[in-house]
Amino acid sequence: MQAILPLLVALPLGVAFGVVIVAHVPRLGRLTTTLAVAAVLVNLVLAAATLGLGPMRLFIGGWGAGKTLGIELVCDGLSQLMLLTINLIALTAIIFAGAYMRRFTSPWLFDALFLLMTGAMNAVVLAGDLFNLFVFLEVAAIASYALVGFGCEAEELEASFKYLVLGTIGSAFILLGVTILYSVTGHLNMAMVHEAIQPVSGSPAVLLAAAALLGGLALKAAMVPFHAWLPDAHPSAPAPISAMLSGVLIKASGVYALARIVFNVLGPTIPYANVLMALGTASMVIGVFLAVGQWDFKRLLAYHSISQMGYVVLALGAAAGVTAGGGERWIAQLCLFGGLFHLFNHAAFKSLLFLSSGSIEQQAGSRQLKELGGLARRMPVTSFCCRVGALSIAGVPPFNGFFSKLIIIVALVLAGHPVLAALAVLVALMTLLSFIKVQRYALEGQPHAETAGPAAGTVREAPALMCVALAILAAVCLLAGLAMVPLRDRLFGPAGDALLGVLP
Amino acid sequence: MGVAIYLMALAVLLVGLYAVVAKKNIIKIILGLLILDYAVNLLLVLVGYRTGGAAPIRAPGQSPAEFAARSVDPLPQAMVLTSIVIGLGLTALMVALAVRLHEKYGTFDMSKIRRLKG
Amino acid sequence: MNGTPEHEGMTLVVRSTARLITGFIAVFGVYVALTGHVSPGGGFAGGVILAAAAVLVVLAFGRRAASALVTERTCHTWDAAGAMGFLVVAVLGYFVGGFFVNFLPVGRLHELVSGGMIPLANLAILVKVGAGLAGAFLALAAWRRLGPAAGRTEV
Repeated sequence: MQAILPLLVALPLGVAFGVVIVAHVPRLGRLTTTLAVAAVLVNLVLAAATLGLGPMRLFIGGWGAGKTLGIELVCDGLSQLMLLTINLIALTAIIFAGAYMRRFTSPWLFDALFLLMTGAMNAVVLAGDLFNLFVFLEVAAIASYALVGFGCEAEELEASFKYLVLGTIGSAFILLGVTILYSVTGHLNMAMVHEAIQPVSGSPAVLLAAAALLGGLALKAAMVPFHAWLPDAHPSAPAPISAMLSGVLIKASGVYALARIVFNVLGPTIPYANVLMALGTASMVIGVFLAVGQWDFKRLLAYHSISQMGYVVLALGAAAGVTAGGGERWIAQLCLFGGLFHLFNHAAFKSLLFLSSGSIEQQAGSRQLKELGGLARRMPVTSFCCRVGALSIAGVPPFNGFFSKLIIIVALVLAGHPVLAALAVLVALMTLLSFIKVQRYALEGQPHAETAGPAAGTVREAPALMCVALAILAAVCLLAGLAMVPLRDRLFGPAGDALLGVLP
Repeated sequence: MGVAIYLMALAVLLVGLYAVVAKKNIIKIILGLLILDYAVNLLLVLVGYRTGGAAPIRAPGQSPAEFAARSVDPLPQAMVLTSIVIGLGLTALMVALAVRLHEKYGTFDMSKIRRLKG
Repeated sequence: MNGTPEHEGMTLVVRSTARLITGFIAVFGVYVALTGHVSPGGGFAGGVILAAAAVLVVLAFGRRAASALVTERTCHTWDAAGAMGFLVVAVLGYFVGGFFVNFLPVGRLHELVSGGMIPLANLAILVKVGAGLAGAFLALAAWRRLGPAAGRTEV
């Protein structure tokens, strides 16, 4: 299995270029989406096969552990969790896109860029050295800039440009941080940097590197105050891309990298923990306040992404604080379980919500809540799945959002932050409010006669492929909550332990 | 001498950042982003410098130990090569977006390209 | 430039010179890429020089005349083929032990036939970068200032 790890990256990349070649062969143009779905499916199977195998390390090119300069792939518990998340969401998004992207004239371009983004994200979570992490972060980001502007309408291009400018500034700061870390320690491999940095971890150079890295990665994770690109970029993208961006990209390139850098490279200390908790709290609170007033369905979902990512980063910060302050390890493990479980759940229900917003937009013709209405009768499958997603994000039992938010709140109290736990409860209530509004305006009631979109009377159910994708995600939302304990033992426990450095 | 050159690279970075933040023309913002990227690349190459070092090309008959003792660090140069290629890809994308934006909005002025609000 | 919408090419002097030296530029690009393991250069630099040759052809002869040689479709295809070539070189390493492991004899230092599979990887990168940059140039050069309402509506 260890030797097959690079295939998790090489397969999507290879099929991406294969799609480009196949698309230019005269007869085979239709095959591109099938190829893409097949590639992501194989990737998901490979990712599932890595579960439970323990940490695996592979030096590319057979260079061996004696040489310090090679590219290393590391697949520990956290990588396995992220691989599963990325490939599962990518599979549902590409199945959805099979039907959604028929309105565009170059679906092969979409498939190629999508596979590039997926392959690069897989490589980010497998990377064992800092520079490889940066390079694949950039590849995934550039693919996403192009995908956000895919429809080439005026607003989509504007959103893509804004996203590009802010994303590039973030990447430049990440590279600056990697440069300073290399100059201090002379290594790029994450494990070796971790060892070499211990004697000098308070020095100004390391603090500058940490500041640059944390700033750049917080921008990638859309933490407040670096969130300005997300409310424009995520709604403007086509629906499967919104699902991928909100569902996986901000997690794989933002939160995952933050967790790796703070826990496994720099080592959790009190200042870093405080920074993470401050970023998390600010995002959580400000995100939900900005979301409550939104009437555009996708923009509302984008603001809620900021808020939910705040939950995850807050939990990570609390775990770092407990570890640095010498608290009990089981409290840190509980914080990490809550944070990582919420990361997985958010990937599932946010992708579900974005995909269902894509269905609604395609069938009903609009994404403004005031123009929708009465969809529950006309689009039963889509509105059932949308309801499941809304209940999950609002934290209603027995769906998965309830359990992960509960664990985060309990863990925050145990870690000694009751005020932050109270804020988390308040934010959960406001999320519930916001989604009651969504349900009321989009799904219930009658279409408003004055403001209804042009297709209000003739709305029909979405095509079968889109419903299949929605159904898969809805099932995940339901089962992940009920199967919490086995998932903790197999998936989230090893992931948290990998961050804390607990050997299996 | 040693610190001054790093400060100069950081100054170039700040110039790039200023151009991105304060300028309104899309082309100037793109140039600012390029300057920012190249400033970080410059810093990366400077990190590998060794006073009086030779270029990292192994002369015929030089042993590895001699090579390691005399040349500048080749690893930052390899990293910078990759970083420059990434910058090239970004540049192509940025310019293409700028051309399309001009076609849709009729202007290169960022303060007029503001349809997304709220 | 000439004022016509389709760029018609440049003057006689430019065209004659371009006919003479484009081949040399292309060969120089391939040379830089193939000797990347013994002297500075390598796949990326060679690819840029090769793309410069393609750009010279398009600029000197006009896009219509140059489309016998360089079109956007060929650039896409060769671009993808170069990338697949690189991945094939990497996957061939599985026959000798792992991903990207060297499978050719390493040879002696400073010789042309040395460095294992690195010259092959350089060749693949040459094709990819050359085709990619030429394709990017063609895509950007396809736009004319026809006003905000014109142009394709999709990527």
